[in-house]
Amino acid sequence: MIFKGKVHKYGDNVNTDEIIPARYLNTSDEAELAAHCMEDIDIDFPKNVQPGDIIVAGENFGCGSSREHAPLAIKASNVSCVIAQSFARIFFRNCINMGLPILESNFYQEIKSGDEIKIDLDTGIITRLRDNKKFKTEKFPEFMQNIINAGGLMSYVKNKI
Amino acid sequence: MGMTITEKILAKHANLDSVKAGQFIEANVDIALGNDITAPLAIKEFKKLGIKKVFDKNKVSLIPDHFTPNKDIKSAEQSKILREFAKDQDLTHYYDQADVGVEHVLLPEKGIVVPGDLVIGADSHTCTYGALGAFSTGVGSTDLATTMAIGKVWLKVPETIKFVITGKLPQGVYGKDIILHIIGIIGVGGALYRAMEFTGDTIENLNMADRMTICNMAIEAGGKSGIITPDAITEEYVKSRAQRPYEFFASDPDAKYLEVIHIDTTKLEPKIAFPHLPSNIKNISEAKNIKIDQVVIGSCTNGRIEDLRIAANILKGKTVNENTRLLIIPTTPLIYKQAMEEGLFSIFLDAKATISPPTCGPCLGGHMGVLAKGEKALTTTNRNFVGRMGHPESEVYLCSPAVAAASAIKGEIVAP
Ligand code: SF4
Repeated sequence: MIFKGKVHKYGDNVNTDEIIPARYLNTSDEAELAAHCMEDIDIDFPKNVQPGDIIVAGENFGCGSSREHAPLAIKASNVSCVIAQSFARIFFRNCINMGLPILESNFYQEIKSGDEIKIDLDTGIITRLRDNKKFKTEKFPEFMQNIINAGGLMSYVKNKI
Repeated sequence: MGMTITEKILAKHANLDSVKAGQFIEANVDIALGNDITAPLAIKEFKKLGIKKVFDKNKVSLIPDHFTPNKDIKSAEQSKILREFAKDQDLTHYYDQADVGVEHVLLPEKGIVVPGDLVIGADSHTCTYGALGAFSTGVGSTDLATTMAIGKVWLKVPETIKFVITGKLPQGVYGKDIILHIIGIIGVGGALYRAMEFTGDTIENLNMADRMTICNMAIEAGGKSGIITPDAITEEYVKSRAQRPYEFFASDPDAKYLEVIHIDTTKLEPKIAFPHLPSNIKNISEAKNIKIDQVVIGSCTNGRIEDLRIAANILKGKTVNENTRLLIIPTTPLIYKQAMEEGLFSIFLDAKATISPPTCGPCLGGHMGVLAKGEKALTTTNRNFVGRMGHPESEVYLCSPAVAAASAIKGEIVAP
């Protein structure tokens, strides 16, 4: 799978309250969640984000609550992939389980907001389009790969029932 | 090679003789938990699987505690989804109306979660039950949906960081201060993907309330779980409550730890987490001239009867500062009744505090005490992220119930 898009870059410890503030959690309507995605740290994100865009962040992205509304809000914003130096555990799980591609990479310093990048999920190679510089990411362990290949945890379990 | 308490519980639930850190397992779940925020999504997903009944009606617990009593039409609709599903599935551990309390306080209190259990909850503070010697961890709604269907969850066996906490606690210092201190040392990502095992004579001398406070905030250090070896104090707590047989596990002497961190508590001061991260910890002596608009005593971290007693002791015969609002939230109906019968309500009301029904309420900025722009809150809850209690430009400081009560009287952050 290949994704291409513009980078929206954030810092360390972006938490789920920032990804989707709790005041909007009285709904699980995807479009409504997307309309408020990231707004407490980047008020223009819902307006600026284009289909295929990529979120890049530092350490511990998605820390805080277990709300699946957070990856859901990102997915519903049509973000194709999230790349961080590390992810909070439950957020990481939730992304795998719902099939939102995420990658751990150390290219954080090298990428700026607005950069266009290309991601090849199969090889784990990220290309910065302005100068074709390539970065390598960690591949998923086989167990997780199986869940992703099945199309998320729901299909994975469905196949087992 | 010996195993940690966490590895032993996981091995048992995966029907294996042993497991080791890094291994992926599919484990049997004793209790799967959801609330009014996370369960509606899980129920929607569950229905897509085309299964009629949950794997075991005694092992799925739904607790609408976040926006209840419902704050608006949307949240009422969410609760209705839980209510109908619980009725349809005839769930044993569904609590509604006057029976509902904050999930992580209610489940241990009612003996639904017991030592040796493997518990998953679609709520990050599910790690609280480690205080009973159970493995418990937060998951998402999809995990809850599939677990409700098959009673199993995929887990990666975590590495463990061991905390050896020794020394007598100084006057006015509690479990909350210990865990804030730890988060301050290792940071909000310091225990990412790891189990946090709390040991040492300080922990052995703590009551269950303080132990739950400590395990509750493992997630604020990024931890997958927190755990304390069950002992006589645990036995005393669970023996009259447990609804199922339970089992005590303990780490082997030669168990493998990623890291061992020693903490001496003899000189520990009350701690404050400054905005906007739970790891932004300072000693109370460094908190000077911080005027507080609202104080909250409640939540799954510090809304137990022990916490309310500490607050009442300090508030007795005193009045809350005229520029400060004090909100007290007993977190379960039982705690509410106990507090009333012990005369704590009179103390709170005479001190001009507001008493809320059991709910998460302002802890997540939901309702019942949301902050306006520029306001500062001091609270016994567990998170102080941007906008956590209301307006994105409000500020949240975290502390123990003792500091909260003393500060409410003074109108600014002070030592108890
Ligand atoms: S009291 Fe706060 S932290 Fe605990 S479950 Fe409720 S919202 Fe979450």
